[in-house]
Amino acid sequence: MTEFFQSLGMSYEWAWGTATISGVLLIALPLMLAVAMIIYVDRKVWAAINLRRGPNVVGPFGLLQSFADGLKVFLQETIVPSAANKGIFLLAPIITFTVALVAWAVIPFDAGVVLADINVGLLYILAISSLSVYGVVMSGWASNSKYPFFSAMRAAAQMISYEVSIGFILVCVVLYAGTFNLSGIVEAQRGHGFGIVNAYVFNILLFPMWIMFFISSLAETQRVPFDLTEAESELVAGYQTEYSSMSFALFWLGEYANILLMCSLSTILFFGGWLPPLNIDLIPWFDIPGIVWFLLKTFFFFFMFSWVMATVPRYRYDQLMRLGWKVFLPLSLLFIFLISGYLMLTRYAA
Amino acid sequence: MIQTFAFYLFAFFVIASGVFTITSRNPVHSVLWLILAFFNAAGLMVLVGAEFIAMLLVIVYVGAVAVLFLFVVMMLDIDFAELRGGFIKNFPLGLAIALVLLAELVLGIGAYRAGSLQLGVADGTSAGLAGESNTANIGVLLYSDYIFLFEAAGIILLVAMIGAIVLTYRERPDGARGHQNITKQNMRRPEDATIMTRPEIGKGVEL
Repeated sequence: MTEFFQSLGMSYEWAWGTATISGVLLIALPLMLAVAMIIYVDRKVWAAINLRRGPNVVGPFGLLQSFADGLKVFLQETIVPSAANKGIFLLAPIITFTVALVAWAVIPFDAGVVLADINVGLLYILAISSLSVYGVVMSGWASNSKYPFFSAMRAAAQMISYEVSIGFILVCVVLYAGTFNLSGIVEAQRGHGFGIVNAYVFNILLFPMWIMFFISSLAETQRVPFDLTEAESELVAGYQTEYSSMSFALFWLGEYANILLMCSLSTILFFGGWLPPLNIDLIPWFDIPGIVWFLLKTFFFFFMFSWVMATVPRYRYDQLMRLGWKVFLPLSLLFIFLISGYLMLTRYAA
Repeated sequence: MIQTFAFYLFAFFVIASGVFTITSRNPVHSVLWLILAFFNAAGLMVLVGAEFIAMLLVIVYVGAVAVLFLFVVMMLDIDFAELRGGFIKNFPLGLAIALVLLAELVLGIGAYRAGSLQLGVADGTSAGLAGESNTANIGVLLYSDYIFLFEAAGIILLVAMIGAIVLTYRERPDGARGHQNITKQNMRRPEDATIMTRPEIGKGVEL
């Protein structure tokens, strides 16, 4: 985009600055819209599985429900508990929200359509997603209340546990792709399966990794069945208990932006990102744009998230920890050995 | 221009949050300032082109170590007055450590300025692959020239981990193993756990 602004007669610095800012807006604003609609989809899918109707009053088919909720929340009063640590209490939702948005900087939506095409894109995602625990921990501590505090404790332990196995799973993908760059990883998947299928997931060594990645991303975003941090039946609303109005909405938006991020990561790392599923030109004169494939795949994973949410009961806390440390960690380590051994035998055989 | 601005921005925040880490009264605030310092230090590393190290700093220190710090500090019930009381007593020791660190820093920078010690040149080892990203360079150096040091570091960490596990492991006096058997729990069926009875009126159920 820098070239475009340069062609309008700007100097390179100004063109770069304008391109970056407009790129940020082009990602953040549609993302917020997508989050609003995805909350609606989530509720609809959940309702359909429960044989309910879901939101159907505001707008046609209830499509405007999220905006009505947003407006309602916006008009409410922000209440800060008198015993709360005010600065951190207000900072926590902002951090959650910011971190959820910042990670999108390296996500490639199509070939070359990425805000920051950096070499260490995957590490950047890991770094940013490891920050998202702070929003929860800070809010839990600053609320100065029992339920949020328990929730913060649980969140800290849970997110650290699953970050470890996510890290190892990502290492497996990186071993195959040979790069940390997300666009590079997508390109490496072109024709990966039998020269036809553009996805890592059909690789027998990477398919279990995808399953584990999907489950870990459920845990990382604290979705059912791993929503121990906001378990309604035990902790009221967990770390969000003391929050109201926009500070509550920021948590909500950040959470769903994170879920979308995890879905898009699943798409990029295992399902070929913007590439069409098959590496054959079926209709020679017509190309479906890459971004359509990307959004379709991402949306499919979001549907799976909702599906899981409606069908699976919550884990017990010790089961959650066992799954993270005693099942996923050794398994992902084993697969690192298997995959690097396999690659040494085939691709890097001297 | 923008590099200079970014450098001073990050450097200012590192120093400012470092100062706040020391001076803030609440230990939780201290840890949060420390995290901000880590984060800005990562920004400085990106500026000098060490993006791999920067990301690792954020992942390891901000993402894991500082979370555990915060975790521990949050749960402590700290008497702030008592914490302040030790200041005069510990001041000379702290000053001595600070002076040692300062001297080492000056020495290090002086040696670097003198140019006698440059990485990968002084001892005749390779300086990595030219034209590769520094992630690849670090990998090549770690797994070729520094492989034994790298493995030694790995073994030290392994020993530390085993040590931590051994220290926290305790044998139950009744010989029971402390954890739950999930397979056994999953194998349990309603028939094993529940009984259906039809008690007569006025009589209880004997289990």
